[in-house]
Amino acid sequence: MLKDLFKTKPKYITVKSERDFQPRDEAVEKKEIPDGLWVKCNRCSQITYNKDLERNLKVCPKCGYHFRISSKERLELLADEGSFQEIDKNLKTVNILDFPNYDSRIKKAQKNTDLAEAVLTGEARMNGIPLVLAVMDFGFMGASMGSVVGEKITRAAEYAIQKKLPFIAVTASGGARMQEGIMSLMQMAKTSQVLNRLAEAGCVYISVLTDPTTGGVFASFAALGDIIIAEPNALIGFAGARVIQQTIRQTLPPGFQTAEFLLEHGFVDMIVPRKDLKSTLTQLIKFHLNGGGVDVQ
Amino acid sequence: MSNNQGPILEFEKPVVDLEKQIEELKKFSQEKGIDMHEQITALEQKAENLRMEIYTNLTVMQRIQIVRHPKRPTCLDYIGMIFDNFIELHGDRLYRDDPAMIGGIAYLNGIPVTVVGQQKGRDTKENIYRNFGMPHPEGYRKALRLMKQADKFGRPVICLVDVVGAYPGVEAEERGQGEAIARGIMEMANLRVPVIVAVTGEGGSGGALATGIGNRVLIMENAYYSVISPEGCAAILWRDGSKVQEAAEALKIGAKDLLEMGIVDEIVPEPIGGAHKNPALASKNLKEALVSNLTPLLNLSPSQLLEERYQRFRNYGQFIEN
Repeated sequence: MLKDLFKTKPKYITVKSERDFQPRDEAVEKKEIPDGLWVKCNRCSQITYNKDLERNLKVCPKCGYHFRISSKERLELLADEGSFQEIDKNLKTVNILDFPNYDSRIKKAQKNTDLAEAVLTGEARMNGIPLVLAVMDFGFMGASMGSVVGEKITRAAEYAIQKKLPFIAVTASGGARMQEGIMSLMQMAKTSQVLNRLAEAGCVYISVLTDPTTGGVFASFAALGDIIIAEPNALIGFAGARVIQQTIRQTLPPGFQTAEFLLEHGFVDMIVPRKDLKSTLTQLIKFHLNGGGVDVQ
Repeated sequence: MSNNQGPILEFEKPVVDLEKQIEELKKFSQEKGIDMHEQITALEQKAENLRMEIYTNLTVMQRIQIVRHPKRPTCLDYIGMIFDNFIELHGDRLYRDDPAMIGGIAYLNGIPVTVVGQQKGRDTKENIYRNFGMPHPEGYRKALRLMKQADKFGRPVICLVDVVGAYPGVEAEERGQGEAIARGIMEMANLRVPVIVAVTGEGGSGGALATGIGNRVLIMENAYYSVISPEGCAAILWRDGSKVQEAAEALKIGAKDLLEMGIVDEIVPEPIGGAHKNPALASKNLKEALVSNLTPLLNLSPSQLLEERYQRFRNYGQFIEN
């Protein structure tokens, strides 16, 4: 009987769903939610039952801290059920520079995340409204932007132009992908300049900055939304805090490079808690349907 | 000769030592009235060979040492030697004037142009004033303001790029350097005038790209252009500062690699040993390259200029699609 108890108990507790996080890149691991029963909050250190946390959209029920979520979880949160039609899923990364260990890191990321690359793009419906969504996944090599990420973002914007749809990019990234060298820097140019064409086509572009959005992704399409939303407590900035600290050799101001810091300094329009994100985006998109303006004779 | 050229780089020492020997020998032969013509000629030949050997096989890191040389011509040096009637214009109209980014109007071979560029200091005092050529957000915004002014009056834009990277500082983040760089990129892509970018020294990451969206992109022979400094790459990817050389090679940041990848259109030759050995010659070469690249663009319409610049950056990236 005692043996049975031990047998059944793990079965009861380790409900593996698609939502379970798996260990990913070493740099990422510590902030992700580990497999297990209980999760300690990164901010308030309170312990929450994992399933409760998942039910609460991976937001700490005690203090409101927003944990990182995967691109698939983000799509579940934002797109109407079953509405997401992925585009450009056949783009594959190549090791342009023969950079040491790049191939193996890509393979490892693909295995760990079950994703081909660090961004998912496609058409979806949000409360019935068709739009184009690009969602980055920090678990895939820190969602760094190389050729494929840059191309997919650009093509998603082009798809929005072609179909005259709103474009929403949910960003998370450590920056440009060093392993692709200068070509990754050029993705900043590519993804930024396409937004001029999106604007000419009259399509609204909303960027949603999630934890963390930094480096070359922040300094390109992420910072250029017609409307910029940030998730609470998201780390957002260009230069890394550690680099700044080492350079200026002084302690950083409290809350430096958080969503709240950016709101205060005028670089985001609003901070929206995860539970309200879909409804807020829907409201904003509705303002911009059919051109959104008033016809003036 | 080497007095006004600042410090001698480690890898140049054999040549410099030999040059010194030759000088001494010449002096000696003059003083003593001994004919050492043959020995001197032989040594001069040896020095010449050594020079060729060293300077034609420079590693990426040696080239980086050259472009970081304290006597390397800066943006204002090039402007003085290349352009006529330069009038510097100041300020971003939003916050302040950033001395790390300079700009103004001038004539290039008689053509009125707007020229902008990061400005490094020429000594410690000026370097502190110029923040070592690393702009704050207001610097990028000043550059953009001047470029949009050029667009308004139909003046071509010349960007001279020499920046180690964006500035890692609290104020730069507070004032939104991410946004400033992003907007610089996006709005440069919308300029209806010819834009020529020349990387004259360091093409450091986002700080370089913010003024890097050109119809033509040129690079000087020893300059580099990279997504991250080799030092930063070694620290992040290998967590080992001693892997700088490996990182520099792996990133393929030198002029030849960039030309092969289509990131730059032309390599501007430098005097042997680097631009600081003969700034006038370096300027002459750069001027020729700027003029020859600008001239054909003057015949293009605004929409042609926009389109060709757009396609240039649209096509960057390599992947497999199946």
